[in-house]
Amino acid sequence: MGDWKTITVPVLSSDSKNIFQYTSDKKISSPSMNSQVLRLPLPSSKSMHSFFSAFCTEENIEQSISYLNRELTTLGFPSIYAESKGKELNLISIINCMNELLVLQHKNLRAQEEVEMQHLKLGSDMDHLQNCYAKLKEQLELSKREIVGLQERDRQLQSKNRNLHQLLKNEKDEVQKLQNIISSRATQYNHDMKRKEREYNKLKERLHQLVMNKKDRKIAMEVLNYVGRADGKRGAWRTDKTEARNEEEMYKVLLSDYEQRQKQLLVENAELKKVLQQMKKDIISLLPPQKQKPKERSEDGPVLSDLEEDIGELNKENMWELSCETVREQLTNSIRKQWRMLKNHVEKLDNQVSRVHSGALNDKDVISREDHEMETEKLELEIQQCKEMIKTQQQLLQQQLMSPCDDDTTLLLQDCYLLEERERLQEEWRLFQEQKKNFEKERRSFTEAAIRLGLERKAFEEDRGTWLKQQFLSMSTDYKHSENVTTPSAFLGSSEQDNRLVKSTSQQRKPHCVLSSSVSAEPCQTSHYTTRNSSSVASKKPAGDDSKPNRWVESDKEETE
Amino acid sequence: SLFILCAMYKRGIVQVWSLEQPDWHCKIDEGSAGLVASCWSPDGRHILNTTEFHLRITVWSLCTKSVSYIKYPKACQQGVAFTKDGRYMAVAERRDCKDFVSIFVCSDWQLLRHFDTETQDLFGIEWAPNGCVLAVWDTCLEYKILLYSLDGRLLSTYRAYEWSLGIKSIAWSPSSQFLAIGSYDEKVRILNHVTWKKITEFEHPATIANTKTIVYKEVEKSPSVETERLSFPPPRALASSLFSTQSKYDVSQVPVSLQYIKPAADRANPKMGIGMLAFSPDNCFLATKNDNIPNAVWIWDIQKLKLFVVLEQLCAIQSFQWDPRQPRLAVCTGNSKVYFWSPAGCVSVQVPGEGDFQIVSLSWHASGDSMVLLSKENFCVCYLEREEV
Repeated sequence: MGDWKTITVPVLSSDSKNIFQYTSDKKISSPSMNSQVLRLPLPSSKSMHSFFSAFCTEENIEQSISYLNRELTTLGFPSIYAESKGKELNLISIINCMNELLVLQHKNLRAQEEVEMQHLKLGSDMDHLQNCYAKLKEQLELSKREIVGLQERDRQLQSKNRNLHQLLKNEKDEVQKLQNIISSRATQYNHDMKRKEREYNKLKERLHQLVMNKKDRKIAMEVLNYVGRADGKRGAWRTDKTEARNEEEMYKVLLSDYEQRQKQLLVENAELKKVLQQMKKDIISLLPPQKQKPKERSEDGPVLSDLEEDIGELNKENMWELSCETVREQLTNSIRKQWRMLKNHVEKLDNQVSRVHSGALNDKDVISREDHEMETEKLELEIQQCKEMIKTQQQLLQQQLMSPCDDDTTLLLQDCYLLEERERLQEEWRLFQEQKKNFEKERRSFTEAAIRLGLERKAFEEDRGTWLKQQFLSMSTDYKHSENVTTPSAFLGSSEQDNRLVKSTSQQRKPHCVLSSSVSAEPCQTSHYTTRNSSSVASKKPAGDDSKPNRWVESDKEETE
Repeated sequence: SLFILCAMYKRGIVQVWSLEQPDWHCKIDEGSAGLVASCWSPDGRHILNTTEFHLRITVWSLCTKSVSYIKYPKACQQGVAFTKDGRYMAVAERRDCKDFVSIFVCSDWQLLRHFDTETQDLFGIEWAPNGCVLAVWDTCLEYKILLYSLDGRLLSTYRAYEWSLGIKSIAWSPSSQFLAIGSYDEKVRILNHVTWKKITEFEHPATIANTKTIVYKEVEKSPSVETERLSFPPPRALASSLFSTQSKYDVSQVPVSLQYIKPAADRANPKMGIGMLAFSPDNCFLATKNDNIPNAVWIWDIQKLKLFVVLEQLCAIQSFQWDPRQPRLAVCTGNSKVYFWSPAGCVSVQVPGEGDFQIVSLSWHASGDSMVLLSKENFCVCYLEREEV
C-alpha cells in the first residue's frame, strides 16, 4: 500500500509525527512528558474534529479502513472486516474494537494520571530532601565552627592551666627557697648568738670574779636573830644519807602520782566496761529474734554462739578486772558486731517504712494499710460479739442463781431434782430394809443359839449333877468295891452320857480347864457363829445370859478384838 | 606567811619585816652584785636573790647562817619555778650555750637532778600542780614544749608548727590533766596528760558566729544628773560619779565582730597571739586573751571544749585572775572599774575613789573573799560579800 501511504503520509506524517512524537516522548522521560502533557493539551473538539477528518476523507475510505484494519490486527484486535475477503465490514467487531480501544484509552489515561501523581509526589519529596540537606549542611557548618571555637578555648585553658601549674611550682620553689633561707639564717643567727653569748659569759665571769674579789663587805645579811624553820625542826647537815632520802622522797612522790592516776584510769575503765556491757545487753534485747529468719541464720549462727559465749564469759566478775588485750578485744568486737546488726536491722525497718509510705504492697512481710484496717475491724467485731455473749451468759447465770420458782422451767428442774433425790432415798430405804432383815435373821439365829445354849447348859448341869452323884456314889461304893460291878451298867446305859462322862473324866483331871475349855468352846463356837454379822450383831446383842457374863464379856472382847 | 619582803632593786637591798614581832628586822645587801629579782622560798624562810646580769642566785636563809649559790641561772621570764607543795624547785640554767634544768629539794637545797634540755633558748619553765611534771618551753622563734618528769626523764615533746612565731604563754589546769599552750598564731592548743598529744585547739577569730556563745558587751550608761540638786562646790561623791561613767553589760546578738588589730610586722615582740591564759580552779573554764583582739576576754568551757562566753570591754584588758575558790573571774582594763564574770552572769563594779584610779592589775586573796586592785601608785582592797544563806 505504498500509494496509500504516500498519499496519506504527508497528512498522516504530521499526525503520525505528532503521534510518534507523542508516543516516543512518552518513552524518553517523565519530566519531558510532563511538559509535553502540559504543553500539549488534549486537542479541542474542533481540532479533534479536523484532526479526525484529516485522516479519513470520502476518497480514501477504503484505504483508511484497510489501514485501520491492519493497525488493529497488528495491535492484536480482531479484524474489522467480515470473514470473507470482501469489503464488508463487521460492525460488531468494529464496535468491539472501538470499545476495546476506548477501554484501552481509559486505562492509559488512568495510568497516566497515576504516573503524574507519583511524579508530583517524588518531586515534592525531592524538594523536601533538598531543603533538609541544605539545613543539615548549614548545621554541620555551624557545629564545625563551634568545635573549632571550643578547641581553641580548650587550648587556651590548657595553656592557662599549664601556666598556673608553672606558677604554683615556682611559688613552691620560692617557698622552699625562702624556708631554706630562713633555716640558714636561723642557724647563722644561732651561731652568732652563741658567739655573743660566749663573749657575754666571759664578761659575766670576769665581772663575777671582780665582784667576788672585791670582798665586798657590803654583801651581807643583817639579821636580828635567826628565825626557826617553818616546820619547827632543826636544820640538818647535808650528807649522802640526806641525798638518798631526797631521792627516795622524790621517787615516792612520783610513784604516788602514778598510782593515783592508774587508780583513776582503772575506775574509769571499769565504768566504761560496765557501760559497754549494758549497751551490749540492750542491743541484744533490741534485736529481733534471729530464729525467724532462716537465711540469716547461717551468718548469725556462729555470731550468736560467740555472743552467748561472750556473755557467759564476760559476765563473770573477775573477767572485768582483767585488762588483757584479748578480753578487751572480745568485748569491743562483740559490741561492734552487735551494733552492726542493730544498724542493719534499723536500716531494714527504715526501708520497710519507706516502702509502705510509697505504697508498694508487694512485700509479703508488709501488711498494707487497708488489710491492716480490715483486720482490726474484724477483730473489733469479734470482740463485740464475744462481749455480748458474755453478757447474756452472765445474765442467765444470775437468773439461775437468784430467781424465784415462778417459771415452769425452774419447776420442772426442781421436779427433776426431787425425783433424783427420791430415787436415791428409795434405794437407800431398800438397802436399809435389807439390812434390817439381815439383822432380824441374825437376831433370831442368835436367840436360837442362846436358847440352845441354855438348854445345853441345863443338860450339862444335869449331867454334871448326876456325874457328881455318881462320883460320890462311886467313892462311897469304892469301899464296897467288888459289889459295884453293876455300876458300869449305869454308866453304859447312857452311851452319850458315857461318852460325855468319859470325856469329862478325861478332862476331869484339870477341872478348871475342862470346865472352862468345854464351856468356852461352846461360847467360842457361838461367838464364831455370831461373828458372821459382826457389827450389827454387836450392836444388837441382847443383854444375854447373866449367868455367864464373864464369858460373854470375853466373847465380846474377842469379837471386838 | 608571817614576813614581808621588800626589795629595792636599784639599791640592791632587801628588807624583811616580821608580822609577829615588829622589832625584828632583817636586811640583805647585795652590794655590787646588784639585784634584779627577789622572791621567797615556799617555806618562807629563805630568800632567793637574783643578782644583776643573772650572774647567780643567792639563797639567803633566815634560820641558818648558810648561804647557797646557784650559778648560771638563765635570764628568762620564768627561770625559777616552785612546785605547788613547795618541795621542789626547778631552776633554768645556761652553760656554754646550752640550757639545763636543775631540780633542788627545798628543804635542804640539795641538788636532786640536773639535766639538759633540747631547747634552743629556754623561755620558761612551769611545774604542773601535781608536782610531777615540769613543762619547759622554748623561745618564741621555735614552737617547742618539752615535758619532763620529776626525776628528769623526758616524757614528751610537742611541736605544732615550724618557723612562725611559737609559744607565747602556757597554763596548767588545776588537776594537771590539761596543758593549755597559747601561741602567736592566735590559737590555744590543749594537750592531755595521758598521751601529751593535742586534744583540741581553740581559735580566736574576730567574728563570732556560733549562736551558742554568749557575748557580753560593756556599754556605757550615762549617769542621771539632776541639775537642780547641783551645788557648788560639788560634794566629793557626786563629783566622782559625775566624772566617771557607769557601765553595764549588754548581751549582744550573734554574730558579733570584735575589734581586730593587726600589729606592725616589722617590730619585735608583736602584740599578737594569746598572751594570757588561766584555768578556773574547778577546772571547768579557761580564760584567754588574744592580743590581736585586746578588748575581749574569751572564756572556754573545758567540759565541752567549746567557746562559752566572750566579754567585750571598752578598753584593752590589762589583766584577769580567777577566784581561787570558785569559777569567778575578775578583769581589769585600766579604768577604775573591776569586772566580774561567773556562770551566773557578769557585773561591772565601780571602785569608789577620788580622781583617777586606773587599775592595772589585781590579785585575789587565797580565801576568795577579797582582792587587791593595783594601780601605778595606789592600791585598793576590795571585799566581796558572801551571799546571805
